[in-house]
Amino acid sequence: MAARDQHGPQAPWRGEFRVLTKPQRKVDGAAKATGEALFTDDLALPGMLYARTLRSPHAHARIRSIDTQAARALDGVHGVITGADLPQSYGVIPWTQDETALATDRVRFVGDEVAAVAAVDERTAEAACALIEVDFEVLPARLTPEEALANPEPAIHHNERRPGNISKHVKLEFGDVDGAAAQAAQVVEGDFSFHGTTHAAIEPHCALARPDADGRLTLWSATQITHYLHRALALVLGLAPEKIRVIQPCLGGAFGGKSDPFSLEFCAAKLALITGRPVKLLWTREEVFYAHRGRHPMQMHYRTSSDGEGHLTGVDARLLIDGGAYSSFGLVTTYYSGQLLTGPYDFPSYRFDATRVFTNKPPCGPKRGHGSVQPRFAFEVQLDELAERLQLDPIELRRRNLLGENTTTVNGQRITSNGFARCLDEVERASGWRERRGRLPRGHGLGVAGSMYISGTNYPVYPNDMPQGGVQLKLDRSGLVTLFTGANDIGQGSSTVLAGIVAEELGVEPEAVRVVAADTDLCPVDLGAYSSRVTFMVGNAAIDGARKLRRQVLAALAQEWEVAEEEILLAGGRAGLFNGDRDLPMREAFVLAETRFETLGATGSYNTPTLGGDYRGGTIGASPAYSFTAHVVEVRVDCETGVIRCEKVWIAHDCGRALNPVLVAGQMEGSAYMGIAEALFEHHTINSRGLHAGPSLLDYPLATSVDTPELAALIVESIDPEGPYGAKEAGEGPLHPSLPALANAVHDALGLRLRELPFTPGRVLRALRSQAEAGS
Amino acid sequence: MEVLSLKVNGDTRCLAAAPQATLLEVLREELGLTGCKQGCDKGDCGACTVLLDGQPVLACLTLAALVQGREITTIEGLAPAHRRRCAESPCASKQDKLHPVQDAFDEAGALQCGFCQSGMILSATALLQRDDDPKRETIREALSGNLCRCTGYTQIIEAVERASDEHAGREHRPRAWEQPATEPAGEGES
Ligand code: FES
Ligand code: FES
Repeated sequence: MAARDQHGPQAPWRGEFRVLTKPQRKVDGAAKATGEALFTDDLALPGMLYARTLRSPHAHARIRSIDTQAARALDGVHGVITGADLPQSYGVIPWTQDETALATDRVRFVGDEVAAVAAVDERTAEAACALIEVDFEVLPARLTPEEALANPEPAIHHNERRPGNISKHVKLEFGDVDGAAAQAAQVVEGDFSFHGTTHAAIEPHCALARPDADGRLTLWSATQITHYLHRALALVLGLAPEKIRVIQPCLGGAFGGKSDPFSLEFCAAKLALITGRPVKLLWTREEVFYAHRGRHPMQMHYRTSSDGEGHLTGVDARLLIDGGAYSSFGLVTTYYSGQLLTGPYDFPSYRFDATRVFTNKPPCGPKRGHGSVQPRFAFEVQLDELAERLQLDPIELRRRNLLGENTTTVNGQRITSNGFARCLDEVERASGWRERRGRLPRGHGLGVAGSMYISGTNYPVYPNDMPQGGVQLKLDRSGLVTLFTGANDIGQGSSTVLAGIVAEELGVEPEAVRVVAADTDLCPVDLGAYSSRVTFMVGNAAIDGARKLRRQVLAALAQEWEVAEEEILLAGGRAGLFNGDRDLPMREAFVLAETRFETLGATGSYNTPTLGGDYRGGTIGASPAYSFTAHVVEVRVDCETGVIRCEKVWIAHDCGRALNPVLVAGQMEGSAYMGIAEALFEHHTINSRGLHAGPSLLDYPLATSVDTPELAALIVESIDPEGPYGAKEAGEGPLHPSLPALANAVHDALGLRLRELPFTPGRVLRALRSQAEAGS
Repeated sequence: MEVLSLKVNGDTRCLAAAPQATLLEVLREELGLTGCKQGCDKGDCGACTVLLDGQPVLACLTLAALVQGREITTIEGLAPAHRRRCAESPCASKQDKLHPVQDAFDEAGALQCGFCQSGMILSATALLQRDDDPKRETIREALSGNLCRCTGYTQIIEAVERASDEHAGREHRPRAWEQPATEPAGEGES
């Protein structure tokens, strides 16, 4: 590993933090509170055209021909494109590039993009779309993975290496799982299912393209992966990357739902190039449901073995993953569905056999807690079953299996810091677990679950040895420090964290730092906001860059004051000595530095160390650090109606170090909210005709403020040796335990094991009925 | 096209709009008030909430032609109106950049992506107008038409409580993560 990646977890100025670890307002907070912040759809350019997309009404069909003549003839229409205009295929993972911006010969789900029109306004573009005649030859649609496997022809994608509608298959085995099961004192075995959910960020996808007068193209887009989008645009449009500028304006939520390149980005760009005018393409809420990339439905079979004291001896998993119509991140999803289960518990043998299958439905992809939320649900419910069999407290069972710190998992992942034991302590204490669990009246219960998640991944989506995270810094006599980074702030507050780091290192007030982010012309490359990587990787890059500048400022001051650099303290916007002598506004210190070293600037980089198991796929799931979470969930179930009311969630999360506790708590609460809502309400359903059951925010029931439980965020710090000042991720890990902890709470309340998500009132009532029948 | 006369954030504005134009379209596209957001255009998300004579309404379900002569307040109107009030009343000690509810949202971390926030802040402002010390349940009720996908509502509710506490001169209520945690286990993690 390069030395540049290691900064140590200590605070820069003799071990005391002055900015970080304290609540800080967000750099864009005031702009968001006043409505001044501009999101993509808020931008308007002179002469701008509006585009709309024509979509497939069929779940699976061949396109015989497309007639766009009438659409082109409509008054106000400036451009019409079809698959023939953008034939180059793409996909976020280089090995599975199976998407095109518009269908070239085949549509694969209801809502697949077929054509796009740019016109003077949206209504005209919409009317023109209705005039496009598409001659479809309808093909049989496969709407479940079983159906798709049983009917390999006509294949959803032709792929010689992976026939039979299989998108990806991974089977990995570590240790002797079958032997462990044969010798186990206890074996718990069962089936679980996850239903499929979507991100439903409140901002719909939007892209705005401008053909610049100098022959270049600028695209503003609601994306969380500016850099990958930049590459994909160059590929599909056939333009040199230096001719394309991608900018992510303020982003209205993403959760993984904006981490693929999408049809609208290519279409807006192509239409702008064709018409010579700026083109905006905003998808309707209904279209966002077709864009999807949501959490994969999974059918999961788990067999967990233990000895008589509850020490786990083996875990055996079989997963059938419903991928929808395209690959998206599916290769990674399939690995993650197994690779990320091997903590926070230690078990000596493990096998997973995961198959992702194409179906004629909106494509699934990465959603907050990518690939690992569903398996975590199944496994943590099985741990509860095991505890029940052994008559052990479920928290005690988990304590008996702690993986611990500075160790290696069964699948070869390096674990450094690990605060999971304290997470368990925290939720146990805060929830009154010992006094209350198992003692509450019927219908009222508590459940626990734990999890582990990555802080960034070792595996950039296209292999390369360049830095994964980068920043550039400039400071000058004005007293302002500007940080440029390709990192995408998607609402999680990454720009605020980076500003805090720079302020801490250079001793300026956070308000004296400006962050310019996610603009490919201005900012050094960063891979984007996914896999919970930004704080860890770009945070380290920011420290790297800021320390280079700090050295120059210190050298200039030391020379001026004739003191040793170690005696100097930069803090609160002033330069001085630790002993209190000397006091200079930072602006003047910067003048000294600029005088001595001339124009001031620095870059900072981060790259992961070499990590991962020594086997095919061993680097997928390898992370420079892992976060840990435990939840206790409290429920009340109405036995008459079957309605589960989640009353409270205690969320203890090991984020390494909370660089801004308000932001960390916000990520923890937002994660738990989403997990509980997925367990109780949300259901991304495609009906037996391939139609979305309800592509609206009314039919897809999001939890309102009334439905959401009280959320208590309990921050645990383990001070990671490689994280920026010891920090790890907080944005995805804390979602995982919500679902199993809720299921386990229902068991505590009623003695029911719910294994099929979501836990609708109908399912609860059915389970109650079977329970009554079994009892009578 | 019809000529409309709308009173927005204290100013009377005349503009031409199609008879079916919604208030959301007119605010965003004709008046450039893009703080009012479109999350669904169907009345499901609350992102387009504005105040009509002080009451929250969904701009995407409101025909612009029908609200002529009424007092329309968008997110852009809050802070300037607050500054005007501060300037007029010498007793108001704080002359902040932000309206107190906006300030509380910023301070409490309630603004994650910020897309729901203009609607949220306006709904919260209307609530605090009629009840300056709302219970948690009342806050949850009052905001239930505004979907937020980022925060889990907790920091939003805390922001409303903070604004209420600030108004009453009370201490702020501690948040879960501000309570003292247990001591780290002595013997490490294994
Ligand atoms: S945009 Fe008006 S309620 Fe969603
Ligand atoms: S802050 Fe993102 S939707 Fe509420």
